[in-house]
Amino acid sequence: MIKMVHRSSIPLHWRLYEPKYKLVGNKCLKCGESFFPPRNICPNCGRKGALKKIVFSGRGTIYSYTVIRTPLDGFEQQTPYVIGVIKLKEGPKIVGQIVDTEIRDITIGKEVKSVFRKIYDDSPSGLIHYGLKWVVIE
Amino acid sequence: MKKVAVIGVGETRFGEHWYKSFRDLAVEAGIKSMEDANLERKDIGALFVGNMSAGKFIGQEHVASLVADHLGFSGIPCIRTESACASGSLAFRQALLSLQSGAYDAVMVEGVEKMTDIIGSQASLALMGAGDQEWEASVGLTFPGLYALIARRHMHEYGTTPEQLAMFSVNNHKNAVKNPDAQFRFEISVEDVLNSPLIADPLHLLDCSPITDGAASVLLATEDFIKKKKIKNPIWVLGSGQSSDTVALQDRKSLTAMFVTIDAAKKAYKQSGLKPKDIKIAEVHDCFSINGLMAIEDLGFCKKGEGGKFIEDGNISLGSTVSINTSGGLKAKGHPVGATGISQIIEIVKQLRGECEKRQVDAKYGLTHNIGGSGASCLVHIFGKEK
Ligand SMILES: [Zn+2]
Repeated sequence: MIKMVHRSSIPLHWRLYEPKYKLVGNKCLKCGESFFPPRNICPNCGRKGALKKIVFSGRGTIYSYTVIRTPLDGFEQQTPYVIGVIKLKEGPKIVGQIVDTEIRDITIGKEVKSVFRKIYDDSPSGLIHYGLKWVVIE
Repeated sequence: MKKVAVIGVGETRFGEHWYKSFRDLAVEAGIKSMEDANLERKDIGALFVGNMSAGKFIGQEHVASLVADHLGFSGIPCIRTESACASGSLAFRQALLSLQSGAYDAVMVEGVEKMTDIIGSQASLALMGAGDQEWEASVGLTFPGLYALIARRHMHEYGTTPEQLAMFSVNNHKNAVKNPDAQFRFEISVEDVLNSPLIADPLHLLDCSPITDGAASVLLATEDFIKKKKIKNPIWVLGSGQSSDTVALQDRKSLTAMFVTIDAAKKAYKQSGLKPKDIKIAEVHDCFSINGLMAIEDLGFCKKGEGGKFIEDGNISLGSTVSINTSGGLKAKGHPVGATGISQIIEIVKQLRGECEKRQVDAKYGLTHNIGGSGASCLVHIFGKEK
């Protein structure tokens, strides 16, 4: 069976180390907009923009959410799982799993914070993918 | 600008074609369109092939040459276009521009996708290639999941209900019964939709378009060519609009209004000199019911947020305010991604020619709306019986 082999590329995860593990993005000093993941060019200002690295606080609110019941390949063991669009305190939105919370307690507008978790393993002897998930703050 | 019209159409039936390969489907559709227009291969200047992901679905790239080869067109310039689920309409627009530029007099545009040679979960992975691999697929987000996030937010902002979403699918199935080329030719009820399994809350199985094999082909020609060949019943391209937006859903300013639809429609309406109220038939991109609902808002058939009520009040059914997806739409006619845009155009052409029999609607103009991914690309085309 053809697997999506690039997802298991170690350099891919290595390149994304800072945003994936530490929530590092950037902010344009010219227009003031923050970006996650970090962008190479400010879409508002183009080459006249001035992007500076920033670390997001990991606090935000649930903007939308869904319960995935037919999983993507590799996520079978976690099914059903909740994926939310999180609106970060600093402005940008990010998608991620909302965990450690009963599905019925998840609603739009609730406050969340980021936690470091295992995302999935490729196989019993393969790469273990880590990253950020989100939990509701009561 | 040169006037261009569709002069021939042909497509395979949409469904699971276990006995037919990618090339079989492409050749079948292509030949049908040639017979429809009564053209010879010497008349065809170039071939445009819309295809999303033959590489993942059948392990085959280089498909424009493959289709040309098997149509017996060797020597012809051929071009593959890709814009996820909007690949077909993208091929159509590139073909249109090539004719307007004066490069050719007549061209063939095909859309082809062969999706059922791999298992469902692998097809889902291939489709997720239209999303952002680094930030969406990597956390387990699926294609239905993306549209579920949109649907939940639309419900939150405008009070749209699961019943209203279901009614969109119900309308599609009702129309598909009257279309011999459709994949699902049976009616469903709102209860059927709501009782079908949840795929990604709030979307149920029957809110989602299926995995489909199929090919669709149209022939496009300039006004001079049409006069010279004395071709009857050309359907004119009156407007063509295209737009783009962020690939990742998380980067959109709004989840509940599709910028690409609004922008592409604005361009197509402007070029045609028409307004939403002039349009009586439209094929809209309902890969999921919520996308169909948002399309009727963003194309201007009703106000933002009122799509649910517009559907509920019976404004999209056959022969009503605006007949939406008379073909059965992506949900019930089927969604062979690369072929979908061309198939939508074929339905509008057949409607304007008056060839739709039991699902025929009286209209002067028709519109097609084809989205790529979760809204990173969109093409809108407007057609008319008169130039
Ligand atoms: Zn800027």
